[in-house]
Amino acid sequence: MKTDIILCGVGGQGILSIATIIGEAAMNENLYIKQAEVHGMSQRGGDVQSNLRISSEPIASDLIPHGQADVIISMEPMEALRYLPYLSPEGWVITSSAPFVNIPNYPDIEAIKAELAKLPHVIAIDIEQLAKDNQVPRSANVILLGAAQQALGIDYDKLEAAIRSVFARKGEAIVDANIKALGIGKEGKGM
Amino acid sequence: MEEQTKNSAPRTLLLLGDEAIAQGAIDAGLSGVYAYPGTPSTEITEYIQLNATARERGIHSRWSTNEKTAMEAALGMSFMGKRALVCMKHVGLNVCADPFVNSAMTGVNGGLVVLVADDPSMHSSQDEQDSRFYGKFAMLPTFEPSNQQEAYDMMASAFEYSEERCLPVLMRVTTRMAHSRAVVKVAAAPRPENILNFEAQAANWVLLPANARRRNDKVTAQQAQLEEDAANSPYNKAPQLSAQGGKKEPLGIIASGIGYNYVKETGLDLPILKISQYPLPKKLVRELLDACEKVLIVEEGQPFIEEQVRGVYESRNILGRLTGELPRTGELTPDCVGEALGIPARLGAIPQLVAARPPQLCQGCGHRDVYSALNEVLKEYDNPRVFGDIGCYTLGFLPPYRAIHSCVDMGASITMAKGASDAGLWPAVAIIGDSTFTHSGMTGLLDAVNENADITVIISDNLTTAMTGGQDSAGTNKFEAICRGLGVAEEHLHVVVPLPKNMPEITAIIREELNYHGVSVIIPRRECIQTFKRHSKAKKEQEKKEQ
Repeated sequence: MKTDIILCGVGGQGILSIATIIGEAAMNENLYIKQAEVHGMSQRGGDVQSNLRISSEPIASDLIPHGQADVIISMEPMEALRYLPYLSPEGWVITSSAPFVNIPNYPDIEAIKAELAKLPHVIAIDIEQLAKDNQVPRSANVILLGAAQQALGIDYDKLEAAIRSVFARKGEAIVDANIKALGIGKEGKGM
Repeated sequence: MEEQTKNSAPRTLLLLGDEAIAQGAIDAGLSGVYAYPGTPSTEITEYIQLNATARERGIHSRWSTNEKTAMEAALGMSFMGKRALVCMKHVGLNVCADPFVNSAMTGVNGGLVVLVADDPSMHSSQDEQDSRFYGKFAMLPTFEPSNQQEAYDMMASAFEYSEERCLPVLMRVTTRMAHSRAVVKVAAAPRPENILNFEAQAANWVLLPANARRRNDKVTAQQAQLEEDAANSPYNKAPQLSAQGGKKEPLGIIASGIGYNYVKETGLDLPILKISQYPLPKKLVRELLDACEKVLIVEEGQPFIEEQVRGVYESRNILGRLTGELPRTGELTPDCVGEALGIPARLGAIPQLVAARPPQLCQGCGHRDVYSALNEVLKEYDNPRVFGDIGCYTLGFLPPYRAIHSCVDMGASITMAKGASDAGLWPAVAIIGDSTFTHSGMTGLLDAVNENADITVIISDNLTTAMTGGQDSAGTNKFEAICRGLGVAEEHLHVVVPLPKNMPEITAIIREELNYHGVSVIIPRRECIQTFKRHSKAKKEQEKKEQ
């Protein structure tokens, strides 16, 4: 198997924790992993992305070629669109539907939704709202991961186990909240 | 960051390239890392700071004031027989160029590795200089890993090789290696540190001309040996060439560093000469050239190998960045390398409505209040100029502030403001961060004080090195004393707290000091909002534990 994933959002939204969980799950499966991150200046409220590649065969490039990503996981709907050139024709977009507006020229959200609707496989969920409604306010990103589980081709149990080990240090309450969030994402209804 | 545990069994870890380098250095018996934070090199030192073995052994890992002090301290440790690592971003090598180049003349005692992380495409930098040129210029062997495992393995090789040839080793990585994770197999246990050994030949270390000439001859004569070593290096892989019957391969590849990965990504079966150790082994290059009709050179950064292979002979058969097959500037991608090899990239378009989202100063950041105050006062003057510096506050160039007119290198704000004032500009303002000031601003301030230059210096102190993620800043709690010590007059030295409620006070002080025709220093001081959040969280957790 081989899955190329683009994780994206705005600096500070927590895309790297999603990457850490997927990475942990992949490592437990003895898969090869390459995960290119962005550090430094662009983290300050700008657009950020991470290329995550997991495969049963050795991986050469740290970067995903254009048109080859199987999944885009985005914490922000406009940011999902920014990486469409990387998406394979049959690829999936799993995105938060709630805009993060920190620029004066943020486009009309309806226009963004219309662009997303043109794609063959999209799951757009208001993860922030779901997180609040379900009393897991700090786990919106894990809700998104739950929604992406099928597209990622990683067993639900493996993601759950990865959450347990990644968050173990932070205590049982945080582990439970994130496992709950993963389940909410899996069941979550998108657009 | 990886949880650090001490284990006796061989382990696999998911590591950033930078972390693999750090783990490799620790496992190779490192005694000290010396560095100033700089993207994309910062995580190497941070990893060593948190590593259990490093702590247990007392491996030096505190931040240095700048790359020059780091390089010199590492050289001193090597002189005493121990293994030392010095890390920096590419432009940091300019700052320590003097000790770096001269370290080839002194040679080393304990292994010394100079790790430089280049930033092609300038994700977080002012230029895309390629450090391999520095290696050649200083006549030093240079290593360039192509993946995280090789980066780990190379650290042990580099320290051994440094000791074998009595020369520092330059190790060059680039952004995508430094900041990409992969699974790395690491040693079961770290090698012991070297013992303290004063036996190094003193004459090598005193670079009086007579000694330096002798060493220069020696190092120059060593070059043939270094090239032979590179030809035999396990990190340089020559292809199996079967040019029997005089039939040449249509296309061969020379690929270095991570350029190699992008060639492999295409899946094409081509003869590839992989270069990961320099000086460039001409023998291996000649063998490939003789066996192929054409050769494409794929290297991350500037055309370092390509220029050497082409020389002045404009061969039509040597292709790369200089002939347009690959882009002349910017980092390589699997797409551009694929295209150079005849695989069209599937370039789709970004929907037009997607707006740029540039980085910006955080909400609640003290630099914001500094720029608000400065802009308000400077409106009153005809031709004010603000000389900026390197750090988060460089973002003050962007809207809504549009507050700075220059940003060149660490510390240049003060000296450029002085030069502009010397030329007749008024008012001339310098804005510099706390860590940048101690890195390279203090000497410039002394120049300004000695001539009583008509400049106003703002040291925007957020108590940390913020841009790179909040590392300790060398001058914290010392700035007033430093400024006084350099001769800044007490009545023209002010500390303010950059908060919206203090605007009247801050603007009044700025106005007064602009109108004073001599050196003034204003220090707006408030903790970085990012480190403040982190510290508050840690404090809360601590309080919870104590309850």
